[in-house]
Order: sequence, then C-alpha cells, then structure tokens
Amino acid sequence: MTSAATTATAPKLADRMRAIVGPTNVLASPSDLVVYECDGFTIEKNKPDVVVFPTSTEQIVAIVKACGELGVPFVPRGAGTSLAGGCLPIGGGVMIALTRMKRILEVNYRDRYAIIEPGVVNLWLTNHIKPNGYHFAPDPSSQGACTIGGNVATNSGGPHTLKYGVTVNHVLGVELVLPDGRVVQTGGPHEDNPGYDLTGVIVGSEGTFGVATKAWVRITRNPEAYRTLLGVFESVDDATNTISEIIGAGIIPGALELLDSLILQAVEAAFRFGFPLDAGAVLIMEVDGLDAGLDQDAERIVEIAKRNNAREVRRANTEAERLLLWKSRKQAFGAVGRLAPSYCTQDGVVPRTKLPEILRFIRAVGTKYNIRIANVFHAGDGNIHPILLFDERDADQVKRVLGASHEILDECIRLGGSVTGEHGIGVEKIDFMPKLFSPEDLAMMVRLRSAFNPENRCSPQKMLPTAGACIEQSKAGRHAAM
Amino acid sequence: MTATVDSPRISLPVTPAKHDAGIDYELFLDCVHCGLCTSACPTYLELGDENDGPRGRIYLMRAVTDGRIELDDAVKGHLDLCLDCRACESACPSGVQYAKLIEPFRIHMHKIGVKKEHLSWLQRMLLFNLTPYAGRMRLALAPARLAQWTGIDSLMTKLGMFNLLPSSLRQMHEMLPPLKAHYGSLPEVLPAEGPRRARVALFTGCAADAIFPETNYATAKVLQKNGCEVWIPRKQGCCGAPHYHSALEEPAKQFAQQNCDAFLPDGSPVDAIIVNAAGCGAMLKDYGHLFHGSPQEEKAALFAKKVKDINEFLIELGPIQPMHPLKLKATYHDACHLCHGQQIRKQPRQLLEMIPELQLTTLNESEICCGAAGSYNLTQPEMAERLGERKAKNVLDTNAEALFVSNFGCQIQLGRYLRDKKPSLTIAHPIDALWASYNGEKL
Repeated sequence: MTSAATTATAPKLADRMRAIVGPTNVLASPSDLVVYECDGFTIEKNKPDVVVFPTSTEQIVAIVKACGELGVPFVPRGAGTSLAGGCLPIGGGVMIALTRMKRILEVNYRDRYAIIEPGVVNLWLTNHIKPNGYHFAPDPSSQGACTIGGNVATNSGGPHTLKYGVTVNHVLGVELVLPDGRVVQTGGPHEDNPGYDLTGVIVGSEGTFGVATKAWVRITRNPEAYRTLLGVFESVDDATNTISEIIGAGIIPGALELLDSLILQAVEAAFRFGFPLDAGAVLIMEVDGLDAGLDQDAERIVEIAKRNNAREVRRANTEAERLLLWKSRKQAFGAVGRLAPSYCTQDGVVPRTKLPEILRFIRAVGTKYNIRIANVFHAGDGNIHPILLFDERDADQVKRVLGASHEILDECIRLGGSVTGEHGIGVEKIDFMPKLFSPEDLAMMVRLRSAFNPENRCSPQKMLPTAGACIEQSKAGRHAAM
Repeated sequence: MTATVDSPRISLPVTPAKHDAGIDYELFLDCVHCGLCTSACPTYLELGDENDGPRGRIYLMRAVTDGRIELDDAVKGHLDLCLDCRACESACPSGVQYAKLIEPFRIHMHKIGVKKEHLSWLQRMLLFNLTPYAGRMRLALAPARLAQWTGIDSLMTKLGMFNLLPSSLRQMHEMLPPLKAHYGSLPEVLPAEGPRRARVALFTGCAADAIFPETNYATAKVLQKNGCEVWIPRKQGCCGAPHYHSALEEPAKQFAQQNCDAFLPDGSPVDAIIVNAAGCGAMLKDYGHLFHGSPQEEKAALFAKKVKDINEFLIELGPIQPMHPLKLKATYHDACHLCHGQQIRKQPRQLLEMIPELQLTTLNESEICCGAAGSYNLTQPEMAERLGERKAKNVLDTNAEALFVSNFGCQIQLGRYLRDKKPSLTIAHPIDALWASYNGEKL
C-alpha cells in the first residue's frame, strides 16, 4: 500500500509537481492546503501534501508517473461538492484539482454530443447549448457548481433523471489516465461500441480507476413543454402514496420530488416561493414532452393527488415560477444551514412502495436519537435524502447523528434497497459495502479495480474495503471529525 | 488531537496565534460547506483555486480565528483578492452573510498591520483625499476635460507623453472615460412637474458627480418628470465606501455622520433618499450596521431605511411612460452592489424595456463582476484586467450598440476595456436612457 509523503518528502514532491505544471499551478503551503482537507462531507478531514492544477492530459500523465516513482497516493478533485467524502485525500499525497481544465472542446448538434474537459461545471454546458434548445440531462442539485468530471466519477443523478436516466446514460466515452500513466479512451462520439462497455464501469468508479481527462457526453433536446404542479399534503404518507400511484398509473413524470415540513421552513426562508408552512409535505410533480397530451397527464396527476387527500394542487403558471420552484428544490440542502450549524445528508434507496415505511422509520429514529431530521428527495425513484441536523462542535450530537444515519441506512438495506442512490460510497459509506455485497461480489470489484489501478494508488481507501482487516486499518488512518 | 510530548515520530507544529477579529462566530457556522457558491465567485471562475472562492475564504478566516493556521502572506493574498462583490451571498442557499465576515476581518488585518498595501502613496492620496470630495474632484478634472475637448489629450496619448507619468497615475489616467460637459450646479430644490407624488432627497456622490455629471442631471430631471420634488442637500459628502472597503472604518463613519446630518435635518422629512450609483447605494443602506451598538445607530438606521436606488424607487412609484424612441440594441450589466448587494435586478431592465424601440438582449454572465469593485482595479490590477476582458468579451458577443449599467465604477471599467474594441458602443446609466427618451435628446 502506498503511504503519505512524510515531512521530509513533501517539499521534494512539491518541487516535482512544480517542474511539471509550473509554480503557479501548485499549492504546498500549510495555509493553502487546509481548504482542501474536506469537501461537502465535513465529518472527516485530512490535508493533501500538495494540490496541483494541471491544464492538460500530458501534465496529468507526468503527475501520476511522478506519484508512482515517489510512492505517494493521489486523488482527483472537481469542485469539491461531494457529500460522501469522495475528494478526501486519505493518506495525504497529491490532490489533482481539475478546475483549470474547463474547456468545452466541441459541440456537435447533429450527432448530439459534446466533448468536454472534466472541470466544466455541469450548468455551464447546459447554458452553452441552451440557445440551440439543448441541455445536459443529469441535473444534480449542485449543478451550478459541481463539475462534469465529478458527475462521471459518482454517476450523478438529479430530479430529472427519473425520466432521462443518470450520468452513465449520458456518457458516450471517456479519456482516462491510468495510475501508471497510460492513457486509454473508451467509447467515443458514436453509439454502440463493440467490446466491453468500459465506459459503463468507469462512470461511477468514484475516481478509483484513474483520472478522467475528457468525456464525450450526450446533449438532449429540451422538451417542447412542461406542466409543473405543486401538491400540498397534510401528511407524508399521503404524499408518498400519491407517488406510487402516479407511477403505477403508467405516467412517467420528468421529476417527482418530495419536501417535508421541516425542509419547507428552510426553503421558504431562503427563496420565499410561498410554500404552505403548515403542510405535512409537498410534492413537486413535473411532466414534460410534446405539448399535446401534457394537460391530460397533468389532470390525471391532480386527480390522483386529490384522491390521496391533497389539500390543493397548484400549477406553476409562468417559466419564472417554474424556475423558482426548481431553485427552491435544488438548493434545499444549502438552505438547511438556516436550521442548524451542520447537517449530514443521507442518500438511501428503497423500492418506491416502501417509501411510507422508511419515512415512518426515519421519524422514529429522529425521536430515538433526539436529532431533527428533514426530508427532501427524489421520490420518483425511491431515493431518499434524510438530512440530519446537528452542531459539529458538540461531540455527542455528532455521535448520535452517525448512529441515526447508520440505523436508517441499515433499514434501507433491510427493505430491499441500498445505501446510496447518487452521492456515492466515498469514505462515508465504505463500512456498508460488506452489508450490501457478498465477499465474492466485493472480490470481483477489487479485481476489476486492479485491472485499472493495481497498486491502489489512485483514490486509495475509497468505495471498496480491500480486505476484512484493512477496513479497521483504514479507519484508524482517517482523522476523526474534530 | 492530543499527542504525547515525548513522541519521537510527530513534530508538533508551532501553534499559530488565535485571532479575534470581533466576528460573531455563529456567522462562520452559517456556512455548511456545500460549495454551491464557488462558481458564482469571479476570482474562483478565473483561477479555479478554492482558496480564492467564497467557501475557501470563509474556511481560511475560520481557521485563522481558531488558531489552526497562521495569518501568513498566502492567506492575506486570498483575502485581498476578494472583490467584495457578494455574488456568493446571492448564490448561498444557507444565507451566509459573507460581507459581515470579510469586511471586519480585513479591518482586523489592517489594525494589526498585516494588510498588504497595494496602493502607492499617490493613489492613496488621490483616493482618500481627492475623489471623495465632489468639488475638489471637479476642479481636478477640469484640465482633463479641457484637454479632451481640445484634442490635446488624444494628441498627448499618440505622442506617448503620458508614459512620462508615474505608473500609478498613468493607470488612473487610462481609466478616465470621455468627459461630458458638467451641468454646473443644480438648484438646491427642483419642483415637481405636475401634482407632487413624493418629496425626495438626491444623493449626488463625489467622484461620480465629477466624471459622469450627466447622470445626476438626468436623475434629477427624471424624478421631477415623475412628480417628485427633488432636494439636493448641499452639505452631503462621500458615502464612505472607498474608505470602508479599504478597512478605514473611522473616516467612513465620519462621512456617514455627515450624510445623516445633511439628509435628516429636524423637520420636513423626505419620503426617500435617492441614489443612482450601486456602490454608494449599498453603502448608504448599510449605515445602520456601520454604527451597530453605538448611540448614532438609530438615526443611521432611519437614514438607511429611506435610501432607495433610483431604479427601485421609480418602479415602486410607477414611472411615467417615456415617449421618444431610442432605436438601439442594448444590453444590461448587473453591477454587483445592485444585484448582490441590494438584490435589484428586474427594475433597471423594466425601465429600459419601457423605452420605445429599445431592444434589450441578455448579457451572458451579467452578474459576474467586471473587475471594477471600487478601487480594486488599482489594488489588484491583474485580476481586474482579467475580469474586464472577460466582461468585454461577453458584451461584444451580444452585438449590442449600447451597454447600460447602474454604477459609475463599472462604467469606468467597462469603458476602459471596450472603448478600443468597439468605439461605437454607448456605455451609460439606464436613467441616462430614460431621460433621453423623456426629453427626445440623443443619448
């Protein structure tokens, strides 16, 4: 296993990096590195020894080769919005920040793809192609900040992936620098490549296979029209039953999102949309596509909601109203800062029909651990996001939050679901992998990773617990929360 | 973390000094580290270094406050590079009050003598002793006006004679836009046209009045036209922003006091205090906060409550329809201190769209700072230039013939980076356009 650069080797490492990318593209002073000690997941922290900002594939090749020679680990980082500690530099080493590789290299409307560098922010691509009536379909809530490189690593989802599919459905090919410095290209601009679908295994590998330096991504024609509805319910149960019934009726909404009363307070304070603060839950229900037929779909949805005791169903009448509604939903996590100094967002999945059950369980867990839990999630695909509120300065609260999180995720597994829908395993969920997969399953994954990253120098101790004993070791090596 | 003293493997770092910048620690905790602010930040957009993004800067200030890191040159550099544009506040869903962190922190850096001095003595002299005084400034610009009208200015530029100036002064000369004739002085009171709808006081500013006097003239006229009696208090002064943003709190407070006294005399209260420069407006609206906890707070807060940006005020009042067409393809740049500082975005656009035949087109990245940011273009010329060029490219991409912006600082900066690239481009304040359309004059 690779080890961190020691105090003695760190300056040498920085010099090597400066020789490759130039002095203005390297951070090595202690004060500059502290900002890179964590990402959107703040429970665990560790500083890298060096941060480099490469601007080309060639530089990344030289960086990983140097890491190999010096025996230090490296980890790629985009915008640092991961909620699972995907960018945590375990064991220090080199952090490869891809934010200076941010060009949109080509957009081909006729063949409907774009070639982008990893540091392109998700929304930039959509904004770039918007004048021509196109967008990039995966729309994680952090899309204004997160990079497409990060989306590829974590196979990001978003509200509209219920209908349009997650990132892997929109990546045609990837250029990847392997940890030994070789550059491979999987897929490319055209569909249906022969051979193994390596793009499919790279997307979602959480940076454990190498550093993606380029991606061919699909661009999607904007729907002709939308109907966006806001259903107001007295109880979470009524809202979740509505969800199951909508899907059961054969309607495939563009998005189907649930916000409970606690999150509504935060969102309303932030965006003043006019949410009813006394409601048990609201559902954002959107159908899109050809204009003809949408009204019928919308009417059926209203009918179903009413049948499930909806107090009222509102309609976004203007595009501005629709955008504000989505902004309220997408920035809900951040708005939680108004409720508590710290929060921990969980990311579990259950079969849709189990939503009422898991939400009742979450409420019970909140009571048991005396932790306030807000819920806002992609209801359509059963992807829950309980947000546990706490104060990170209070060690006891941190402990209770971790305990409650684990119970919730265990329950997701028991109900036939999983512990992450879209945020990834990172370091946060690594202990759950043996609960989700058999030793044989995990061994297969390790063998797959070894094909790309045999020495485990790239993003070590992420996603896969290498072996039973190693799990404990890796935990000890990680810094505790405070 | 604890470590035993005799541990041979770990060399304990020297514990950095803790800093108390007088910041309410809870303000740090509003940041939940989600990172949604990062790509709203102009310096992060340019550099891609999280130390130069809002989340990173908050993290640095907190780490210094906690004594985790030294307040070294690297940290100071990142904090000094902040434009104070507050785009992060608009982007932040968590309601982090970034300005209330960075401004006291900079004042703290200044107090303990670690704030880097980016201005030359000459620039400091000019910025703090000349530009904040409208009268002095107008006098100082008189030769420049004369030189521009007579063509001596362009002749001297061609001959390279300005190269003989010290670089700091040359930099300031390069910024100077073409100067229009000064209206002289407006009467102290301008009566309302038609039935009186409101009585307002006009804040005319200092440097702005000397460089773009036509905008103050237009503002007064537009207000009159809309049924407002306009009072221009003679004893008003600079808003104090140049000093406050340079961590000079005391002179800023003196100016604020002067304005509170000038605008709020006993009796005959005004309905609103009107300002047409975004930077000044944001500062004036912050007077209450400036005097927080002191006996002057109440009066300052009353003053702040009455302050209205001209765009904001007119839309609230219900503007009279302008009649004369201005056949122009135009675009609008959001001044940071208007859109982020005061959350005013729609109103100036609504006013422009009222003008017959004016076609308003969208400016890409309209809310990203142009690099002017008060005296930033003097203190951080390199980043100011990068952002100026970035903005210029976006403006040119629109093919607009006119660019409107509600802040004179942006107007200077945009002119600097667009004058040569597109000499035919008109750069003006939305109120200039509105007045032209009321009056039937050319813009």
